[in-house]
Amino acid sequence: MLDDAVSKDPEEEKRKIKSVKRMKEIMTQYFIEAKTAKQHNKIVAWITSGGPVEPLIAMDIIPIYPENHGAMIGASHLGVQLCEIAEQMGYSRDLCSYARSDIAAAARQTGAIPGGLPPPDFLVCCNNICGTVVKWYEVLARFFNVPLFIYDTPFIHTEFSDAAKRYVKRQTYEYIAFLEERTGKKADRDRLTEVGRLSVQAMRIWQKVLDTGMHKPAPMTAFDAFFHLALIVTLRGTQVVIDYYTELLNELNDHIAQGIGMIPNEKYRLLWDNLPVWFKTRWLSEKFASHSAALVASTYTNAWCNVVDLIDESDLVGSLGIATSSIYINISIDRMLSELGGMIRKYDVDGLVMHSNRSCKPYSLGQYDIQKMVMKEFGIPSLIIEADQVDERNFSESQIETRIDAFMETIKAHKG
Amino acid sequence: MKELDAFREIAGNPYAYAAQWKKKTGNKIVGYFCSYTIEEIIHAAGALPYRIFGTTEHIIRADAHLQAYCCSLVRGGLEDALAGKLGFLDGTVFPHTCDSIQRLSDIWRLNVGFPFHVDVILPVKLNSASARGYMTDVIRTFRADMEMALSRSIDDAMLAESIRLYNGIRAGIEEIYRMRSADPGIISGSDLYAIVKSAMVMDRRDLSVMLADIIARLKKKSPSKKKYRRLILAGGICTHPDIYPVLEKAGAAVVWDELCTGTRFFEGAVKESGDPVSALAERYAERINCPAKHASVDARGRNLVDIVKQHQAEGVVFLILKFCDPHSFDYPYLKEYLDRENIPSLLLELEEHTPPEGQLATRFESFIEML
Ligand code: SF4
Ligand code: SF4
Repeated sequence: MLDDAVSKDPEEEKRKIKSVKRMKEIMTQYFIEAKTAKQHNKIVAWITSGGPVEPLIAMDIIPIYPENHGAMIGASHLGVQLCEIAEQMGYSRDLCSYARSDIAAAARQTGAIPGGLPPPDFLVCCNNICGTVVKWYEVLARFFNVPLFIYDTPFIHTEFSDAAKRYVKRQTYEYIAFLEERTGKKADRDRLTEVGRLSVQAMRIWQKVLDTGMHKPAPMTAFDAFFHLALIVTLRGTQVVIDYYTELLNELNDHIAQGIGMIPNEKYRLLWDNLPVWFKTRWLSEKFASHSAALVASTYTNAWCNVVDLIDESDLVGSLGIATSSIYINISIDRMLSELGGMIRKYDVDGLVMHSNRSCKPYSLGQYDIQKMVMKEFGIPSLIIEADQVDERNFSESQIETRIDAFMETIKAHKG
Repeated sequence: MKELDAFREIAGNPYAYAAQWKKKTGNKIVGYFCSYTIEEIIHAAGALPYRIFGTTEHIIRADAHLQAYCCSLVRGGLEDALAGKLGFLDGTVFPHTCDSIQRLSDIWRLNVGFPFHVDVILPVKLNSASARGYMTDVIRTFRADMEMALSRSIDDAMLAESIRLYNGIRAGIEEIYRMRSADPGIISGSDLYAIVKSAMVMDRRDLSVMLADIIARLKKKSPSKKKYRRLILAGGICTHPDIYPVLEKAGAAVVWDELCTGTRFFEGAVKESGDPVSALAERYAERINCPAKHASVDARGRNLVDIVKQHQAEGVVFLILKFCDPHSFDYPYLKEYLDRENIPSLLLELEEHTPPEGQLATRFESFIEML
């Protein structure tokens, strides 16, 4: 998002990530293809962000991500307007704002792209992120009157049982059978393996991109990563993602070599937890930068690569369900804590910023406990910001500003 | 009817009942939150399955663990646990349902400190071969977990007996529901609520005897002459029994419901022959699902319309706890299904406290006038 900053300051120019332009082109191309799918006899499926997309790519189906659309709606400040339409339709204001804005956008054929998302031929919903998506996709299934496949990933509290592993594996077969029925053609196993390989490769490069945040100063921040994330979410399994992240990685490595950090005078390093506040990324980023603090990593952007080691490239079908079930938000808070600990050490951060997101209960409930445990186990302070990913009515700028200022004082005192 | 006093007392102070029961029997008590708890297994292991209805006021301690945007059932349950009011529990079981309960389970396990904590990670999807297989596996594991936690083995014969007992209880409550539907004046809404609530916390053998007695007495009662406007309650759990007298005063009676503390609790018998675990899996997969589970995209909507027709109801009152995602997501389409059939409905979104009686009365009166 930072690329839009109007500035002629050469110092600032140096810090900018130029690859952004290419990324916008790729996304535009993707949406053009999706919008013209019918003309090209292509099938469109809507799928949740953490869902197993590889079989869709392998079968030439265009995946569309309502959550990604939700993020775009938030970033383009259309959230309140759409959420209010959903509320008039009877959806409570307390429901996830991605769901509310997407349901309203579908009903009114509008949104962050002209005319809204291309309608789905069928829906694929994976509940590894929340129970909300199941309800949301049921709404979509009734509205568009299309089939819905639910990929059910049992939550991992204390263990991932063998029975659960068998269950997800069986579902991968059921999923492929469902796709075969919808497309009227057989799944090509070789093509599936190939897509799996590309997907794994993309996740590994994405991890490397994020790992540049380990560098001091960090060549990009979590706010940049939120933006670059769109490709690993929407197009993983294709070559274009790999090419793009390779280009981005080269550019970031260049900045590292030249000692260029994303924010001037990086003194404090922070870790972000939960989804972005899409309509306030610029403001938040500048606010932290004014304290010489860089958000060098986030649990959110990490969620699209931290399970890559669980995928067996030679057995995508057998391992997909295990990886899909093991992502950050589908595990207990004590398991989250140990992943957080890993990130705190890896990125050498001084503090944790937690977005308590009214929209997202599975990500947010438990944060108070995590906050205490992080202090106890890793001795770093944390800040909780009460906000929302898309609904701007749940954001109080002055209150949050005061809290960030106070928190940064703590960090400064703590670090000495 | 004075025989109802026992139910009124238990429902009025279930904590005192549980503590006393424990003292008297020396047996264990297992807490739970949701109607997907396979109670038969807990009971077969000689323990008392106890449904936790937490406080609906003065939530203070839970604030240190849960944001304000979490339903009062979850917050109130945690409050009572942290306040030591559930000291009679030996452990808790958490069937997987909604996102809030899922996180409550973690917070509970890490903070509350009962001797055991069992997660029952049921499938969310119920309508596929793999889900059915997984459901059976999970119930089998739950049985083993309970044997371990309660240091009792549960053989098939014990389980079969417990299934029979539960089938009897469920059928009994259903029978009372039917009698009320036929003659709404026969038992008040709050009395039936007291029975259902007691049924989730009291000794199930005593319950079964008391139910039989009440049914026999209700049968002997002469028909009430009172005419009521007939309503259905739909939603999650009713933690606000005060609404029944207000409704009745306004001239309406609840003739049926679609609540977790109602039909979703008693509908669907478990098969009494064959492998008991598979039979249990079948019941929990096949009964009308709660909105936190997926069985079809519109089964609940069709079912609600059917209920209204079967019980000749004139309107539906939705009771939804504020911040309850699963129910709030279903509300618009359920209402739409009712609208299509010209069935009026009213939505009550319940915060922690029951709304003041005056306010409730006004809303009910204007709704009932409109019928
Ligand atoms: S924001 Fe949270 S609740 Fe909403 S769809 Fe994403 S994971 Fe689910
Ligand atoms: S009332 Fe709703 S949110 Fe609360 S525990 Fe029940 S299903 Fe979950």
